[in-house]
Amino acid sequence: MSATEEIIAAGPAEPARETPFRRNMRAFAANPLALGSAVVVGLFILMAIFAPLVAPHDPADTDLLRRLQPPAWLPGGDWAHPLGCDALGRDILSRIIYGARVSIFIGAAVVLVATTIGILAGLAAGYLRGWVDVAISRFVDILLGFPYLIFAIGLMAMMGPGLGNIILALVYKEWVIPCRVVRGETLAARELEYVEAARAIGASRGYIMLREILPNILSPVIVVSTIRMAHVIILEASLSFLGLGVQPPTASWGAMVADGRAFILQAWWVSTFPGVAILLLVLAINVASQGLRDAFDPRFHE
Amino acid sequence: MSLARLVERLLQLIPVLLGVSVIVFVMITLTPGDPVDIMIGDEIVTEEQEEAMRRDLGLDRPVHERFLVFLGNAVQGDFGESFYHGRPVADVIAERLPATIELTLVAMIIALVTAIPLGVLAAIKRNSILDRIATVGSLLGVSLPGFWFGILLIMLFAVQLDLLPVSGRIGYAFEIEPITHFMLIDTLLRGRPDAFLDALSHIILPAITLGLPMTAILMRVTRASMLEVLRQDYVTFAEAKGLARHRILFRHALKNALIPTVSVAAIETGSLLGGNMIVETVFGWPGLGRLVVESIFVRNYPLVQAAVLLYAVTYVMLNFFADILYTVLNPRVKL
Repeated sequence: MSATEEIIAAGPAEPARETPFRRNMRAFAANPLALGSAVVVGLFILMAIFAPLVAPHDPADTDLLRRLQPPAWLPGGDWAHPLGCDALGRDILSRIIYGARVSIFIGAAVVLVATTIGILAGLAAGYLRGWVDVAISRFVDILLGFPYLIFAIGLMAMMGPGLGNIILALVYKEWVIPCRVVRGETLAARELEYVEAARAIGASRGYIMLREILPNILSPVIVVSTIRMAHVIILEASLSFLGLGVQPPTASWGAMVADGRAFILQAWWVSTFPGVAILLLVLAINVASQGLRDAFDPRFHE
Repeated sequence: MSLARLVERLLQLIPVLLGVSVIVFVMITLTPGDPVDIMIGDEIVTEEQEEAMRRDLGLDRPVHERFLVFLGNAVQGDFGESFYHGRPVADVIAERLPATIELTLVAMIIALVTAIPLGVLAAIKRNSILDRIATVGSLLGVSLPGFWFGILLIMLFAVQLDLLPVSGRIGYAFEIEPITHFMLIDTLLRGRPDAFLDALSHIILPAITLGLPMTAILMRVTRASMLEVLRQDYVTFAEAKGLARHRILFRHALKNALIPTVSVAAIETGSLLGGNMIVETVFGWPGLGRLVVESIFVRNYPLVQAAVLLYAVTYVMLNFFADILYTVLNPRVKL
């Protein structure tokens, strides 16, 4: 069917049928590299969810006879432990699979909580203006005064290690980023006709912010959150690497790289493979979010 | 930029710096563990002695008074005693600072001298193989976890190829009396080229690791702004005039294209501060970053807090200078 026939067959034009969101998603799907990266991210998520089914071994099972056993393709390796074993004889592949849970859970939780806070604060600052805007913007400026990792390290030193504390330590600063995006977009949107129309028919401020403005500015927020997810995953891995993240025996990629540092002379694989996992996931998220950005925001096109 | 604007901008720094110190103070106050208990350790003291220590530290006073005391001391560079070292925190930090600054500067230099030519080349030869490699490279640069990249470099260049040292700042065999406390400069001032080369070989890998994300970002910025500039009318005009291509590129385009690069570089220097902790830990670099990480594990909180404050103030100032620099370079922008 030709394009003209399609239009005729579809009957009278229905402009509301394809929402901008759908159109953007179609543009995204047309970019094979971005789509492929999104599939990789999806596979990582599935791997994390179904870790107990996918992992060949218990990630905490130690076996000193298999201490620093090399990957299967090297002399001394065997296919029961494809990526070899660490200093306690634990299966590296299984630990990487379980480690995906920590990285993805923390990444998703931090971005979700931070984006929610950022949206609410950004809407309030951008729409209400006045002292609300001054208060929120000053606070944002102050938090931006701290280098991210140092702020998180200071907080982790204060709160002690643990899953909940890592999420908190990162959220404390992370919300600032979506907040600034939302505030800027809201400032622009509040002058537009649709907002004025809503005001004219007497809609409440809460209704205008959440039901009128928010759906219209969601695209850049989604794009920014996906990019931030990659950053948060690296930050979490960095904290774990320094020993300030989730505590052993829970497998986390950053801690696994740190464990392997002592053995780089005789067992390169212990540090190398968990790092490959971080790189693959972060790279896939970055490429996918770039595709998302290109599809969602024509302003970013060169 | 007028002087009035500069002063206005400087005054705007005050609430931010004040807010930053409030947050650091809150961190101190909320940190679990009584500082007096930590100081006492295993020693046996009477209750009166403990009370006296509490009074000496001002812990018996209300919170807002303690904040003012903290602020007053901080302004004078007094951050209290580092229990672990038995010396003032400020002294311990001052001792470690030059190594961190030296590493950061070298990382910056490496980032600038690789990112700018690569970014310019990628823009000139747009969509060529080189452009594609640069794009993939910059994507890799921001996706690589620094601690892991550092370990890979160690495994390749120090362990496998045995070309460079694994860690440290200079070989144990060299004893260099400090002058500026920058190893690369001191070795030269003392007339020890052999020691200079040794120090250089120690700093290469950590500096590359630290500078990698900055290189990636600067390359992207340079490429984008060069492409933007090449589309401008004055470049077309210069081409129409028949000026030589290299003359247009270097005399007309590059100068303007580098404005965003320079200001992003100033901002990114701030992010190198955070990277220092990781890189210094990986490479056993005797700087402030590693000291902070070590201090967390021995619960040497006064040092951690002083360092967090120092980093934050530096970061705020760097961003301030980045703003100023941007306005000075680009007179169309009003601060």
